[in-house]
Amino acid sequence: MAGIDHAPPPFFKQGPAPLALLTFYIAVSLAIFVVDLRFKSLDLLRQSIALVVDPVQRVAQTPGSLVDYAASYLQGMRGLQQENNELKHAQLTTAPNLQRLAQLEAENERLRKLLSVKEREKANGQVTQILYTARDPFSRKIIVDKGQQAGIVAGQPAIDETGVVGQVTRVFPFSAEVTLITDKDQVVPVQIVRSGQRSVVFGLGNGQLELRYMPANADIQIGDILVTSGLDGIYLPGFPVAKVVNIERDSAYSFARIFCVPIAGVENFGEVMVLDPRQPLPPAPPESIGRPGGSDKPGLGGKKKKTVAKTN
Amino acid sequence: MQPTFSSSRILQPVQPWFIFFSLLVAVALNFLPTAHWPGVPDWVALVLCFWCVREFRRVGMGWAFLLGLLMDVADGAVLGQHCFAYVLLAYTAAALSRRILWFPLVQQALQILPLLVATQVLQALMRLAVGADFPGWGYFIGPVVATLLWIPATFILLLPQYRPVEQDPNRPI
Repeated sequence: MAGIDHAPPPFFKQGPAPLALLTFYIAVSLAIFVVDLRFKSLDLLRQSIALVVDPVQRVAQTPGSLVDYAASYLQGMRGLQQENNELKHAQLTTAPNLQRLAQLEAENERLRKLLSVKEREKANGQVTQILYTARDPFSRKIIVDKGQQAGIVAGQPAIDETGVVGQVTRVFPFSAEVTLITDKDQVVPVQIVRSGQRSVVFGLGNGQLELRYMPANADIQIGDILVTSGLDGIYLPGFPVAKVVNIERDSAYSFARIFCVPIAGVENFGEVMVLDPRQPLPPAPPESIGRPGGSDKPGLGGKKKKTVAKTN
Repeated sequence: MQPTFSSSRILQPVQPWFIFFSLLVAVALNFLPTAHWPGVPDWVALVLCFWCVREFRRVGMGWAFLLGLLMDVADGAVLGQHCFAYVLLAYTAAALSRRILWFPLVQQALQILPLLVATQVLQALMRLAVGADFPGWGYFIGPVVATLLWIPATFILLLPQYRPVEQDPNRPI
């Protein structure tokens, strides 16, 4: 049946056997799967394919953004006026703090100098537009519109107006991929504002975060705010990350299960700010023999964190 | 080639540029922002499967591998995930081609269902095995919808081959 064609089927020149071809392609697929996952050494291949795919993807996103644009255009005068009033009100309420911020920072700098403490690093960055969320249903990532051309490197943190959103994990020539803090096993080193206790918070993949390895009797309450601790050399200290919403203390386990929700609008669309990479931390003091791998940074063994820290 | 075995009509041979064009359109459809909605099929898998069944001499595992690589990069997935699934899909579709084309369209779709489901399940298994997050059951509705689309897809993709061999310029329509 398939042979009823205008050209006769090739009887003698048929190429390699299908099973041989299948074995070859399967072997190559599995090889690049493992290499990409474990060694991350295929970024050049990915970037070169992305150079072709990226423009097409942006064009394909246009209908959606046009609908968004039309919706916002038709939103009406009233909604805009209300929003404008709210923003003015918000600006006024934060004004007392903001107006004195410059003076406070200068004062802080002076005092730190007097105490000869290392100066606080300033947070600078670039505002980027979120293009679209990555299609991969197994992870939580977004694509932003600045990449290597704008000097973005893997490892830079991304924040929005309320807190930490995620971290740049892959950079393409004209775009970058930001892994959200809610992605499964994405790690952020944090500090509890109320008690000053350090820990690390892990993404759960369902929009929540979990504070792991906290003893069952740890001083933590519902409503506690977690901010970045700055001990990792990637995130600057003091950015809000998450808020504790649920604590399960079970005496059967030595650790409490502490669930948090992100403070930043990680699932929202809009703009994020990609912060400049931090200055490198001073080298760790030499370790004593017989204690391999020990350091004062708790829980930095997260797999993603390690690879990102390397590239930074 | 006939649309099915029982059909008495012999179609024109397929144009290679049309195969290329239809795969390109499928890739573009996959890039649309609708991809996040539950139940939206993997268009590339569907069109690839179609051509592997109809024209297994022209579209084979090489095409599947390249398209897989493209989709991996576009998705931000692990490289090799789509490649693996698509190559297996292309092989199975080509191997079952003669049997599938024996049936009328609805039964063809039933035979396609396990192939498309396996493509999706394989990808899920690969990612879950290396510690990814479960994407939810909505992820597995896609292949079922794609199966339902097999019938319209067959009509649309075979349209250019339905043209008559001799065209009469004096015909009114």
